[in-house]
Amino acid sequence: MLNRFSQIHRSTYLWLGVIALVLLPWVVGASGGNYWVRVLDFALLYIVLALGLNVVVGFAGLLDLGYIAFYALGAYSYALLASPHLPQHFESIAAALPAGMHFSAWFAAIFAIILAALFGIILGLPTLQLRGDYLAIVTLGFGEIIRIFMNNLDRPLNLTNGPKGITAIDPIQLFGINFAKTLDLGFMKMPGLYLVFYLFTSLAIGVAIVCLHLQDSRIGRAWVAIREDEIAAKAMGINTRNMKLMAFAIGASFAGVAGVLFSAFQGFVSPESFTLWESIVVLAMVVLGGIGHIPGVILGAILLAVFPEVLRGVAEPVQNFLFGHVIVDVEVIRQLIYGLALILVMLYRPGGIWQKRSAS
Amino acid sequence: MTLLLDVTDVSKRFGGVQALENVGLQVPRGSIVGLIGPNGAGKTTFFNVITGLYPADAGMFLFDGVAYSPESVANVTKAGLARTFQNIRLFGGMTVLENVMVGCHCRSKASLLGAIFRFPSTKREERAIREKSRALLTYVGLREYADMQARNLSYGHQRRLEIARALATEPKLLALDEPAAGMNATEKLDLRELLLRIRADGTTILLIEHDVSLVMGICDNLTVLDYGKVIATGKPADVRSHPEVIRAYLGQGAV
Repeated sequence: MLNRFSQIHRSTYLWLGVIALVLLPWVVGASGGNYWVRVLDFALLYIVLALGLNVVVGFAGLLDLGYIAFYALGAYSYALLASPHLPQHFESIAAALPAGMHFSAWFAAIFAIILAALFGIILGLPTLQLRGDYLAIVTLGFGEIIRIFMNNLDRPLNLTNGPKGITAIDPIQLFGINFAKTLDLGFMKMPGLYLVFYLFTSLAIGVAIVCLHLQDSRIGRAWVAIREDEIAAKAMGINTRNMKLMAFAIGASFAGVAGVLFSAFQGFVSPESFTLWESIVVLAMVVLGGIGHIPGVILGAILLAVFPEVLRGVAEPVQNFLFGHVIVDVEVIRQLIYGLALILVMLYRPGGIWQKRSAS
Repeated sequence: MTLLLDVTDVSKRFGGVQALENVGLQVPRGSIVGLIGPNGAGKTTFFNVITGLYPADAGMFLFDGVAYSPESVANVTKAGLARTFQNIRLFGGMTVLENVMVGCHCRSKASLLGAIFRFPSTKREERAIREKSRALLTYVGLREYADMQARNLSYGHQRRLEIARALATEPKLLALDEPAAGMNATEKLDLRELLLRIRADGTTILLIEHDVSLVMGICDNLTVLDYGKVIATGKPADVRSHPEVIRAYLGQGAV
């Protein structure tokens, strides 16, 4: 009886949640304009990134400071597969593809998953013996190497167009819908930004479900066992090498997909989007929200993705009002508050803002 | 009785220290064999070598009639030789039940896709793992602590959980490194009863232990190590009166 009751409750909550998510872009769009819908869209990409990094850092306990490199790989995959860049610079490609380079986002997503997973394994293999700070340094180096490559691969062959980045990337087109244009449904018009919101929400939910399933599986338990005590994990017959590589590969593939959508959404990529700072922000989302705890990680991603935009809207007017001019730059305030928030969370809630109930 | 574990001529050197020198150990199927010796005699080193944690410099290893080279801890466990640790190594942040479920890892086979998509076979396997783990917790008397975090268990219970976790790997040979260390008298009695029950249920036991009454009480055979060498092997009663053993434990003058 009780069970039946709670089941009814659960489905009620589920439907309320779905309705809220469907209405969210309309409410936000009506009250704050398209700018804020865009902020939401980016927040959803960050959720996917944070969930992916959580597999590596939260589940398997492998500190990765170069995670954004996989995002970059995904972004550049789509940028190269669906923009005029390659045909412009390579005659042979232009000759082979007279209609231009326009691979679909589906194809690019699969390509990016495989590529990012492969690079995850490439990063994982030489670092199997490393833990903690040592691993952090190597992964940091890896992230920088990828970014520097993107920054410099405009000579002798112009693969990435260097710091100028790649422009004119095809918008997302799935199920015959162009996500950059307003969709006319007959009875209503749906702006592209809202469509993107629904697409990214579906992806984020899908990734969250995959994470939840993994967590409650033989593989998820093996990851946590490795995090807790690697030698004991081996003594349980766990092939720690394969499990670690799997964690790297899965975390990386999530970032790869997110990267594809990022470049399609922006229509432009450049190495600037994939700096060490971005890796640190995603890590901060995981740590601040609740490391290893999926709802917490999602919360962390939303907080840290939306917060800078709120600050942007608040910091300057407040300073102007108080002092007549801007004293401290918004960017500086943002970093200050990030640092402060991390220190406070580490001091008072080391498990994160929304941590697992049993973690004490 | 056939031998389940037959290890001969194991040597291991750490820099200038010869930790093990031509050590041999035979464990007949269905028995409880004790490995004893003073502190620093090389018992744990020997354990770590046969379970693949340290590579051996030399040695012959036969397990269940098949030669094995203890190079990977995971493979040794898969072959059916599970161990516990002298300094308890539980997965502290996981629940008691999850600890045992991790032990089922090497006897289950859900793949990555199975874990993600939860095929019916995966769900079945997961249910079986859960049931088996609960049964094992009941077996060692920890059922009511299933949802507690492992690090919050009392010391004696942590030792029992380590045993349950090792049993979850379905070992033919259960190797216990000082399971009674730090236990009080009642806990030791319970442990003794548990070990006898495990043996009665068909698992052979290899035991490193300091507690003489426990070892003498339950072991069928004893091997005594001192300074990395075997100084005596035999029935507990014979070993107890062996002059080398008395010298190792009590000193030269006691003989």
